[in-house]
Amino acid sequence: MQAKKAVNSSSSVHRPVFDWSNVVLHLLLPLAGVLAALLIGALMLIILKANPVAAYEALINGAAGSVSGITQSLVKATPLLLVGLGICIAFRANVINIGGEGQIILGAIAATWFPLTFNTWPGWLLIPATLIFGFLAGAVWGFVPGILKARLHVNEILSTIMMNSIAQQFMYLLIRGPLMDPAGIAAGTFLAQSARIPQQATLPRLVPQTLLHAGAILAVVLAILVYFFLWRTTIGYRIRAVGLNPDASRYSGINVPFYQAFSMTLAGGFAGLAGAIEIMGVQHRLLDGITSGYGFTGIVAALLGGLHPLGLIPASILFGGLLVGANEMQRTVQVPSSLINAILGLIVLFVSGAALWSRRWAARRNMGVQNEEEKS
Amino acid sequence: MKEIIGVLKTMIPLAAPFLYAAIGETFAQTSGVVNLGVEGIMLLSAYGAFYVALNTGNLWLALLTAVIIGLLMGLLMSFISVTLKAEQGISGIGLYMFGYGMSSLLFETTIGTVKTINGFQPAKIPLLGDLPVVGQLLFQNSIPVYGAFLLVPIAWWVLNKTTLGLKIKSVGQNPAAADSLGINVDRIRYFSVCLGAILAGLAGATLSTAVVNLFQDNLTAGQGFIAVALVYFGGWSPIGVLGGALLFSFVNSLQLWMQVLGVKISSDVAVMLPYLMTIAALMFSVNRARQPAALNKPFERGES
Repeated sequence: MQAKKAVNSSSSVHRPVFDWSNVVLHLLLPLAGVLAALLIGALMLIILKANPVAAYEALINGAAGSVSGITQSLVKATPLLLVGLGICIAFRANVINIGGEGQIILGAIAATWFPLTFNTWPGWLLIPATLIFGFLAGAVWGFVPGILKARLHVNEILSTIMMNSIAQQFMYLLIRGPLMDPAGIAAGTFLAQSARIPQQATLPRLVPQTLLHAGAILAVVLAILVYFFLWRTTIGYRIRAVGLNPDASRYSGINVPFYQAFSMTLAGGFAGLAGAIEIMGVQHRLLDGITSGYGFTGIVAALLGGLHPLGLIPASILFGGLLVGANEMQRTVQVPSSLINAILGLIVLFVSGAALWSRRWAARRNMGVQNEEEKS
Repeated sequence: MKEIIGVLKTMIPLAAPFLYAAIGETFAQTSGVVNLGVEGIMLLSAYGAFYVALNTGNLWLALLTAVIIGLLMGLLMSFISVTLKAEQGISGIGLYMFGYGMSSLLFETTIGTVKTINGFQPAKIPLLGDLPVVGQLLFQNSIPVYGAFLLVPIAWWVLNKTTLGLKIKSVGQNPAAADSLGINVDRIRYFSVCLGAILAGLAGATLSTAVVNLFQDNLTAGQGFIAVALVYFGGWSPIGVLGGALLFSFVNSLQLWMQVLGVKISSDVAVMLPYLMTIAALMFSVNRARQPAALNKPFERGES
């Protein structure tokens, strides 16, 4: 599929860069997948004896019906965008990162421990330092499966899933042990959560009275930077070359294992950053369920965004809204929000299946271009 | 001594879900399709079997339910991965997310709290079951557990000694050549993926109605993914898979017993063990010579 895409983009030399049929291909087909999944979701709602119209109305209202709904959707879109950026980078090198959950946890752990330890630092120093530390912690968690894939051909999907479970247990160990809130211990409640991070380490709010924090802007800026990184730098070019054709890349002197491991490390870093921002902007302390499944929902967003950093921005907002709406649906129609997880799974199935048509379409268009060239 | 027998005795039933799921995945992968949705199939079938057992008390009906759920999810996976030729790593994760989401949703709406059932009882095999130690370990298990161990020689025989096995192997090694010999590549792959999915369904049902006899959210906790790793570890051979399944269930059993006996090791560290071991197993098991050549590659006529 990617090889065809490359041929396709080279043909755009002869054609205007903006191409409507591309829009149809990369926008309408995935959206049709989402729609199909939502329709099946409606069927499930009917089987569960809930009114699908009322349920989806609650979902849309919850996500976009109020200032608080919209800002919450953006708050949830932020980690999705960051995790998705990492998945895009890895996927471009043909490495699949399912380890978002674990990498988020590592970033969250780092972003809790660091400000609690250096709690006397001023905010202008503490905030960037914590963000970088969170990024690095996630990067380590991505580097391990990356280097195992590059050097020992260990299936990265399986290893990242295992790394998720290990990170989860590691976090339990910390919040029930060394990182447990001293206040909870003193009060005898022994809640499995850390202390609150110092006030100067929290991210500033963008809209007063809401949860929307500065991390959202950082995520969008990073999305644009990742776009330039992948398409305008040599390293980005090499990452994409490795993904498109590892053999050709090897013959042309690109260190394929290095770029595979490197892209996975970056992917881990971005997920780690998502975890750090979740601590610094939303939760302000480490507790169970810190990932909210963003590691998996981020995959769905990345797929729907066409594995493109800029396409990811609207896709993350869409899924952020879906997650917020699902909670509202649970409140008003009493349908468990896990329905959305099942729907997300269907979206992944449909979008990955629909790639066949976009592939065939691209192939047909390429043939058309070639014929035209032969004529001229 | 008593503890050693205890560890070994819990290890045998714990190996059963691994065996069903990993041998099923061996069929799918031998035909060239990686089904990463095993975990999702296990979860949804474990729920389905448990729900039927809880409400009808009929354990055979419970197994049948799991088989049907497995078959349906297998058909879905084959349609996406074989007919629509999707990227198998991605579609498998989609199937997992769907199965996990559905099992949580249905569990919350139809059962709600963690309940237990009696489940399959140990069926002592006459004579053999009376043997000292060995009888107690091997011949006093429930029927689904016996089935899992019987599956190993059956799968070996099917894959190595039958025409069907040869066809499965050929579409996994060289689908274009198999196609030119008149083998219907897609049909063989559908069959292998669905067979694997049915066995994954039995794996889930065994877990919820014969091993732990309960259902809770995320009951399998990664066992389906570990089962996929066992296929690599076992070098795509049922005998190798048996070795891996026993090793992993031994570690699981040891970890349970360490908690019971109060060995001074953090339970969090103990729970990490199987996952760490899976990564280690993948590191040391990459016998690429035995990997089906067309693994993970959709087949399209007239390509390559």
